[in-house]
Amino acid sequence: MTSATITGFRLPPAPDAPRLLAGWYATGRPASLSDHLRHYGPSPVSRTIGTRAAMPLPDALETAGLTGRGGAGFPTARKLRTVADGRRRAVVVVNAMESEPASRKDEFLLAVAPHLVLGGAVLAALAVGADTVHVCLPRTRSAQYQQLSAALAERRRARVDAVRLRLHGLPHTYVSSESTSLVRWLDGGPARPRGGPPRIEERGIDRRPTLLHNAETLAHVALVARYGPAWFRQAGTTEEPGTALLTVSGAVGVPGVLEVPLGTPLTTVLDLAGGPTEPLQAVLTGGFAGAWLGAARLHTPLSRRDLAPLGASPGAGVLVALPHSACGLAETARILAYLAAHSARQCGPCHFGLPAVAADFAALAAGRADRVLLDRLRRRTALLPDRGACRHPDGAARLAASALDAFADDVTRHLDDGACPAAHRPPRLAVPPATPPETWR
Amino acid sequence: MNRTRTLRVDRIACTGEGLCAELLPELIGLDEWGYPIVRDRTVPERLRGHARRAVAACPRLALHTDA
Repeated sequence: MTSATITGFRLPPAPDAPRLLAGWYATGRPASLSDHLRHYGPSPVSRTIGTRAAMPLPDALETAGLTGRGGAGFPTARKLRTVADGRRRAVVVVNAMESEPASRKDEFLLAVAPHLVLGGAVLAALAVGADTVHVCLPRTRSAQYQQLSAALAERRRARVDAVRLRLHGLPHTYVSSESTSLVRWLDGGPARPRGGPPRIEERGIDRRPTLLHNAETLAHVALVARYGPAWFRQAGTTEEPGTALLTVSGAVGVPGVLEVPLGTPLTTVLDLAGGPTEPLQAVLTGGFAGAWLGAARLHTPLSRRDLAPLGASPGAGVLVALPHSACGLAETARILAYLAAHSARQCGPCHFGLPAVAADFAALAAGRADRVLLDRLRRRTALLPDRGACRHPDGAARLAASALDAFADDVTRHLDDGACPAAHRPPRLAVPPATPPETWR
Repeated sequence: MNRTRTLRVDRIACTGEGLCAELLPELIGLDEWGYPIVRDRTVPERLRGHARRAVAACPRLALHTDA
């Protein structure tokens, strides 16, 4: 494999400054390639090993402790090593599919700092000996597709990349962002999960070792390569270093995308987003496949370690603030209906189990449920996890179970007295229609 | 040579025929739609033969034992 090594680290910016969004805050406009090169300097690649501060990229990423920012939180260095160890020539995929309807972070990052993501992907490609980088976007984001086409043309003209970059527009469904869905689509098939084994790091696109990272993760890679692991660790916690992009929405003053150090308490994040506009009863963490946390738990730091005992995780960096005036059960029922409609319908437990759970939940939200139905809902929910080719049913089960827990008082009221008044008001969360995807190709 | 064998269901291939639960009820049950619920992935020594038969009987070739 290639001996691409990153050269001596550049003088880093202040540790508490924004990182991925630094250019955006400084200029207020999307960074062109020349803006990007002025701010960050040329790509820190050199094929000479032995420069004093030089370090192979996987080592730098391991020391930095960078983990994937797409939801699963897998150590970035470990993926790189597995792919680099493959016998055949590797391929790199930038996952900018962002299928979480409440997430906008990858779209925002690619809009304001496209070359940070693309540059990080090229660095990763050189580190694993790949010759091609596939950039995968949802087809529905046509303006972004145009903008990235222009950014790629800019890079070609400037001849900054030693690898080929290709842009793709994929169908935007909830499960089409799953790593094996991307591989299947790039191989000419439907954008539905393939499952495993083998893992795509061993046998992915065209049976080649495939390194697939979320767009944000690759932007962090670009910065670690420039400023080094010690700089990276100056933000965040010891166990979970660095910053993360979050999409905050719901009942907050200034909904939008923020960059915060991991370990920042949820209340602080909400305050950074303008603070609650009404008293909150819960926050949805991670995404639609995430978990509800009741208001009493909002002091919790945003990290995997702190959220795990509560059955939650930072996931794809989604936070949705739910006010007291909303019905958490009705909101959850709508999300579950959407998730059920977006099942790939390949695995029985998801194909049949998910709509059944969604229907039971809808009955509960509408005040048409008794304790027998609630028992059935719990039983069906418990049978979703770990029985699909992908984690789609697991995510839906997590959401449903967390809602029954976070809104336990509402559950009792809905059983005893029928739907609460809030359940009849217009919904508060933006949930796409619960209609099946038109195409998988 | 006494390596542990574990059951794995290819969930995409599985169409819920249910033969696995019939041949290996000690480890596999069915949900209300007839899809397998693997209660324990680890195949004990005494059930090796039954597990092998269940794997062979699946018309979708969806049941596997991994060493």
